[in-house]
Amino acid sequence: MFDVKEIRKQFPMLNDDKMMQNKKLIFLDNCSTTFKPQCVIDEVMNYYVNETSNSHRGDYDLCFNIDQKVLKARENVARFVNADVDEVVFTSGTTMSINLIAYGYGLKTLKKGDEIIISEAEHASNVLPWYRLAELTGAIVKFVNLDEKGRVTANNLKKVITNKTKIVSFAHITNVLGYIIDVEGIAKVAHEHGAICVIDGAQSVPHIKTDFKKWDIDFLAFSAHKMCGPTGVGALIGKHHLLKMMDPFLMGGGMNVKFDKCGDTSYLESPAKFEAGTQNLAGILGFGKAVEFIKSIGIENIHQHEVELKKYMVEKLSKYDHVIIYNADSEGGMLTFNIKGVFAQDEATLLNSKGIALRSGQHCAKILNDFLKTPATVRASTYFYTTKEEVDIFIDALINGGDILDAYFN
Amino acid sequence: MPILTNEMMRAIIMDHSSNPIHKHEPKNDKYEKIHMHSDNCIDDIDVYVLFENDIVKDACFTGIGCTISTSSTDILCELIIGKSKEETLKIIDEYNHMLHEEPYNEDLLDEANAFKNTSKQAARIRCATIGFRAVETIIKGK
Repeated sequence: MFDVKEIRKQFPMLNDDKMMQNKKLIFLDNCSTTFKPQCVIDEVMNYYVNETSNSHRGDYDLCFNIDQKVLKARENVARFVNADVDEVVFTSGTTMSINLIAYGYGLKTLKKGDEIIISEAEHASNVLPWYRLAELTGAIVKFVNLDEKGRVTANNLKKVITNKTKIVSFAHITNVLGYIIDVEGIAKVAHEHGAICVIDGAQSVPHIKTDFKKWDIDFLAFSAHKMCGPTGVGALIGKHHLLKMMDPFLMGGGMNVKFDKCGDTSYLESPAKFEAGTQNLAGILGFGKAVEFIKSIGIENIHQHEVELKKYMVEKLSKYDHVIIYNADSEGGMLTFNIKGVFAQDEATLLNSKGIALRSGQHCAKILNDFLKTPATVRASTYFYTTKEEVDIFIDALINGGDILDAYFN
Repeated sequence: MPILTNEMMRAIIMDHSSNPIHKHEPKNDKYEKIHMHSDNCIDDIDVYVLFENDIVKDACFTGIGCTISTSSTDILCELIIGKSKEETLKIIDEYNHMLHEEPYNEDLLDEANAFKNTSKQAARIRCATIGFRAVETIIKGK
């Protein structure tokens, strides 16, 4: 039974005592990060209070216990996205995951004149690693044309992909507009041309069902903190044979088999090969718990709840001519908009003064603004714990919120 | 400096953001220029100052900014034209004190007094100081 009121009781950040500008906090910046349920906080705390030890470095029970718990977290994450357990590499998050692909796979396989295809709607973390890879290898970054709504489609990919294309990399759900792309279709087109398909799942894995094997994608990157987990931890999911041939990005303890004075080295198999140094163990355990928590809520319930809230916001706001909505029909939970004649940041400041937390600006997708023809937008993003009442307060603040300078003078 | 009412301060900010006097290209290539952008706002401006010996002969800016950054930078330009470098730095100092709710000399700030409530919206302090940081950097050197 999906009961928002009951679910909210598990989140300390949703308690009534959480205020901003002397108003009850309303958090509509869930694309940016999410609140943590008590069970995730407890799991992280428990590591520090009762279970502290390093992983795979000792002969004692505490250490063995952590090894088992890290394995369990890895299994949880693997099952959640339908991958094998040894296809899960723990990283610091989506950004590190994509950089690991660029440096570990890209640097090893790409050469001058090869192509990487991305879109104008991508987040910085799915643009800049590829720019760097292109700079280092002489490869070229190409852009697929977005359709009239701002979506990446398999058809448009067909128009730009060539046999020189080695990597295509797109967000499953883009972080500004929130359209869900046809991952399976896109992976098929990529493979037909001998390219690998990388999916940035930062905005999708926390919100919709992910099926790594069925979609036949090559790499998937996502972050724990956008799905009720701790910050500073995430995953790179990669197909066995790709992880096997990839080079590690960081060398050190925990990833090698042996090394000697002559410089001969051998490394452990993946995923250990990519996890040099002491990992963010508390974070990994919290990540595993967050996945369990999301599963207990039900990913379908999560998506359905967000879609309902999004439809409700669009229905209420489209009556007003001065509200410009950029993604009325996108399937993701975020609403991206502007108030006519008001600078996005000024609107966000006014909403801050009413206790409403949301994001304005370019949302790290700095190329997209040319497509949207505006320097900045405001983005309200919900999650499964957002209530209709909160959305009503947000809508009222947008419509009847007064002058932007009220934020300073009222 | 007469006491500014809230209505007067609002009017000053709105006026300088809707119709900034000094938001234009420099008149010649003798201006010193600095590019400024913000980590947490869209503000992305170029600030230009023309010196004649020690005196600010002219100041202007171009680019994109929110209401607070546009109006504060415009007012700053107005304030410093005709002032010496030392006087300009003093104005910037007093303004920073005001924004951080420290004692300050309001007599030096004229219309910039309108930003005294910025600390209520702490995320916008960076916007309210972007032009000031620009001019300070130009005078003190990078």
